[in-house]
Amino acid sequence: MVSSVKPANTNHVFRALADPTRRAIFEELTRQGEQTVHALTRYAGVSQPAVSKHLTVLKRAKLVRHRREGRETHYRARPDALTPMVDWLNLYGAFWRDRFDRLEALLERME
Amino acid sequence: MTNPAESPRTLVMERVFPHPPEKLWRALTESPLLAQWMMKNDFEPAVGRKFQFRAEPMPNWNGVVDCEVLIVDPLQRLSYNWGVGGSESGLQWVVLWTLTPAEGGTHVRMEQSGFRPDQQAAYGGAKYGWQKFFAGLERVLGGLDARAEGG
Repeated sequence: MVSSVKPANTNHVFRALADPTRRAIFEELTRQGEQTVHALTRYAGVSQPAVSKHLTVLKRAKLVRHRREGRETHYRARPDALTPMVDWLNLYGAFWRDRFDRLEALLERME
Repeated sequence: MTNPAESPRTLVMERVFPHPPEKLWRALTESPLLAQWMMKNDFEPAVGRKFQFRAEPMPNWNGVVDCEVLIVDPLQRLSYNWGVGGSESGLQWVVLWTLTPAEGGTHVRMEQSGFRPDQQAAYGGAKYGWQKFFAGLERVLGGLDARAEGG
């Protein structure tokens, strides 16, 4: 049930996306494609150092990748990094469905 | 976790069982009954009670779920932490059961939040909700079924 999801990866992804600003940044990147830190700063409405910090966390979770071009750093989303989260949802979805079925069977047996 | 509406909900399972709430509550809170449909356990319905669910060990999982009881509202709500893989590198969730009398039985809702309880305060006022985020994800990933739905 929980074994095929690597805890470390899942934790990084969940933690990275736990913050609403980071979720917004990540979704903006999935929507708009590659963006510079400047553009993301304008979008997020927080300071550039704050945006850079958020991007570092997203990078650690492998949710974004970056490349430098001149003085600008460009970021782009890696939606495939969401796999641990999706796996988690699917695994536990199946797990709970199974438990609900077993609960139903038990209730039938109970007085 | 006192107000589920403010929590980031990541997995919800709901079903109406043709049985009274009293019976559901017993199945959820009496250890031997719980063992018959969930896992072996040393659960007791007391807030603060630390207990474990135990299943057969598997590769990458020792079969143990470390839990602590958070809410016991007889016949209505039951909640516990759900920890897998130890407290350091492991995963920590919160499971919340809600029972509501329904036509011909009891509506059961299981909600599993994907975050440590100590992080939740920070998301309470989040403008950017998880529901919206997951809806967006499905679009992004092209119709991927990221939501588990109750049967």
